[in-house]
Amino acid sequence: MNPIHLLRVFRCAPRILQTNRFRNFTSCQDKMASIKHKNAKRIEGLDKNVWVAFTSVAADPSIVNLGQGYPDIPPPSYVKEGLAQAAMVDRLNQYTRGFGHPTLVKALSKVYGKVYDRQLDPFKEILITVGGYGSLFSTMQALVEEGDEVIIIEPFFDCYVPMVKMAGGKPVLIPLRLKSSPAATSVSSADWVLDQKELASKFNSKTKAIIINTPNNPIGKIFSRSELQAIADLCIKHDTLCFSDEVYEWLVYKGHEHVKIATLPGMWDRTITIGSAGKTFSVTGWKLGWSIGPDHLIKHLQTVMQNSLYTCPTPLQEAVGQGLLREFELMGKPDCYFTSLALELEGKRDRMAAMLRQTGMTPVVPEGGYFMIVDVTALNQDLSHMGDDEPYDYKFVKWMIKEKVFCFVILGINNKTKHSKMHRIVFKIIYIYI
Amino acid sequence: MSRKLHARRIEAIDKNIWVEFTQLAADYKAVNLGQGFPDFSPPSFVQEAFCKALNGGFSMHQYTRAFGHPNLVKILAKFFSRIVGREIDPMEDILVSVGAYQALFCTFQALIDEGDEVIIVEPFFDCYQPMVMMAGGTICLLYLRLKCCGPVLSSADWVLSPEELASKFSPRTKAIVINTPNNPLGKVYQREELQMIADLCIKHDVICISDEVYEWLTYDGTKHVKIASLPGMWERTVTIGSAGKTFSATGWKVGWAMGSGHILKHLKTVHQNSVYHCATAAQEAVAVGFQREYDVFGTEESYFHQLPIHLHEKRLRLADCLKSVGLKPILPQGGYFMIADISNLNVDLTDPSTKDEPYDYRFVKWLIKEKGLATIPVSAFYSPEHRNEFQKYIRFCFVKEDTTLQAAEDILRQWSDSK
Repeated sequence: MNPIHLLRVFRCAPRILQTNRFRNFTSCQDKMASIKHKNAKRIEGLDKNVWVAFTSVAADPSIVNLGQGYPDIPPPSYVKEGLAQAAMVDRLNQYTRGFGHPTLVKALSKVYGKVYDRQLDPFKEILITVGGYGSLFSTMQALVEEGDEVIIIEPFFDCYVPMVKMAGGKPVLIPLRLKSSPAATSVSSADWVLDQKELASKFNSKTKAIIINTPNNPIGKIFSRSELQAIADLCIKHDTLCFSDEVYEWLVYKGHEHVKIATLPGMWDRTITIGSAGKTFSVTGWKLGWSIGPDHLIKHLQTVMQNSLYTCPTPLQEAVGQGLLREFELMGKPDCYFTSLALELEGKRDRMAAMLRQTGMTPVVPEGGYFMIVDVTALNQDLSHMGDDEPYDYKFVKWMIKEKVFCFVILGINNKTKHSKMHRIVFKIIYIYI
Repeated sequence: MSRKLHARRIEAIDKNIWVEFTQLAADYKAVNLGQGFPDFSPPSFVQEAFCKALNGGFSMHQYTRAFGHPNLVKILAKFFSRIVGREIDPMEDILVSVGAYQALFCTFQALIDEGDEVIIVEPFFDCYQPMVMMAGGTICLLYLRLKCCGPVLSSADWVLSPEELASKFSPRTKAIVINTPNNPLGKVYQREELQMIADLCIKHDVICISDEVYEWLTYDGTKHVKIASLPGMWERTVTIGSAGKTFSATGWKVGWAMGSGHILKHLKTVHQNSVYHCATAAQEAVAVGFQREYDVFGTEESYFHQLPIHLHEKRLRLADCLKSVGLKPILPQGGYFMIADISNLNVDLTDPSTKDEPYDYRFVKWLIKEKGLATIPVSAFYSPEHRNEFQKYIRFCFVKEDTTLQAAEDILRQWSDSK
């Protein structure tokens, strides 16, 4: 994915992308200062970020933001009330335990103890972080360094590659490929699979870890038990770690099951599993997440935590903890927010897919998660009047916005489309908005 | 797993004094004058702002602008432009972070490479050293030294030697870290002292990282001076601030880094690749708090005016109590803390589990376990190489309710009477 191409869709975007790296200084002294004040090597080339530019663009009131993954429906009322109550308690406005507020880590150990069917030590096997993002960062900083290779499955949530690079590691990419015929009218995220031989070829003695994301962002694929077993077999064979990003774990649609790779034999000791309060309770702006794993790995993430931000906000952790305790009592029942949210979103998913089919596009119906990708090839829209300098997908996006007043904020994804013969584009729509 | 798992960058930085001592204070249910947080509530206008934010529509619970919630960065720019005496750009010159701690982290990660030297003044807030190490930098230490020994010791008596300071700057020096008001000493650097540091920064083209989280807490008419406001310093200074310390809400973990855009942009790159966003509602509440303070700045109504007055008395009260039991306090010019010399006390520290630790560590653990009073050993604020030279001080946080200070006093008097 080339973020620069993507954001040319919006006229105002290029100015945001212009990095001020080459700003000219007026005085001689400033010129000297700029040479010595250069950035550390670890962040070289990591300054561009599609979401940073994207959010600025979306802040323009004339654009409806369907790009970034957050709901515009309110969080459950008891979760908001929990926060209001926590804020009134003096002690809860001050520092709490660095690796996680006791109420929260204990609640997580209860909820996940049930899910994993194992006793989870709240103080040694759980770390609270600033969102799922913060967990990913702590994991990479703790466990990845120069000389390490990290396997990443495409399409991937964009931060994986820069985080691996910032830790000095080398990303090794492998794509999910569509196995069904392009003429099919109904495509599911399950149709995107890994080639087993290709996957095995990516592992070598330098491989430190593989990152998996299930349910996947952007495709919505839920890796099946046998797919995870194939990955697990390779992790065990090559003695590698597994970083499993499961922030959308509760958003699983009918007929599908979310499987935790950490529960497969031999995997608990080598897996860090990442979760998110933001995605669990529709409160992305609370920025709380967690890493769960064996003590001998979590302790390294804790070291990163204590040397980076030390502790997460207290009242937010208290409220999430109380929310989880409530959900624990309801787990498996229709009242449970984890179940009811998935049901609500499944309806929206189906409605969105139907709408897109009616216009001639082919949605990839997700098995889970927040997102849906769509193949627009069948529309065969002639965009030759828009010039030759850009790929078809970006021209299509511009055309959609300008001519159809379709307020999608779109991400062109899947750079592997260059391998296919047809000019397919896919773009990501956040259907949780409709 | 058979292979080595952890990255080298976290070697030797796994120990942390707060993890250890916070746990101990909790285990023994000690009267806690240790960790630096108030045990009273934030001011009502800021608590109300938080509650209002929570009920303020769906956007308050979803992601906001990554480098800082617009309402917050705009008011911070407005507020500090007035103080620093220059137009601060809210979008370019400010990064909101998860507490000042994360602002420090972003600063070191953004600017320090292997081979870079960073000057740190001892005693220092303990995270500076591991953060520099994690970034691959080398630490260059120099002490604040006690210049005189009168009957009343003040943090102003601890000073830098100009020659020693100058000698620490080399072609490899990337940055110097200063903390004013200082933790743990409470020293507030005077304009002349900051000018001396500024002159060297300019001469050697060095960045200044100025941790000013306690900027509103100065006593006895002492003025806090921002080194970034001195000539030639704005373009080479990163100033760190904290809503937690500003509004007595440490648990909200909202902080910021402020400085010239050409440096801040590198901190933003670290931020967008590490946490990306900070919590929205807390930022909104802090923005409301700062707007209110902007409107009443300099008046008696201002929290920034009232809080130091409130703490001034607590500080004196604690100092008197410590003196009365044979401890020698050093009266701080600013900040949350007071250190006291414990060398006059002859306590029999026979706990075998602490026998290899510095004296102040052993004393503090004894005080927690035997007397139920939690403090922090000051040698924790010195580098491991120098820890053994500074074993005779312990640190008290006096930013506590009167009932807590009273309980601490009772413990000390009882102990003193029983000797």
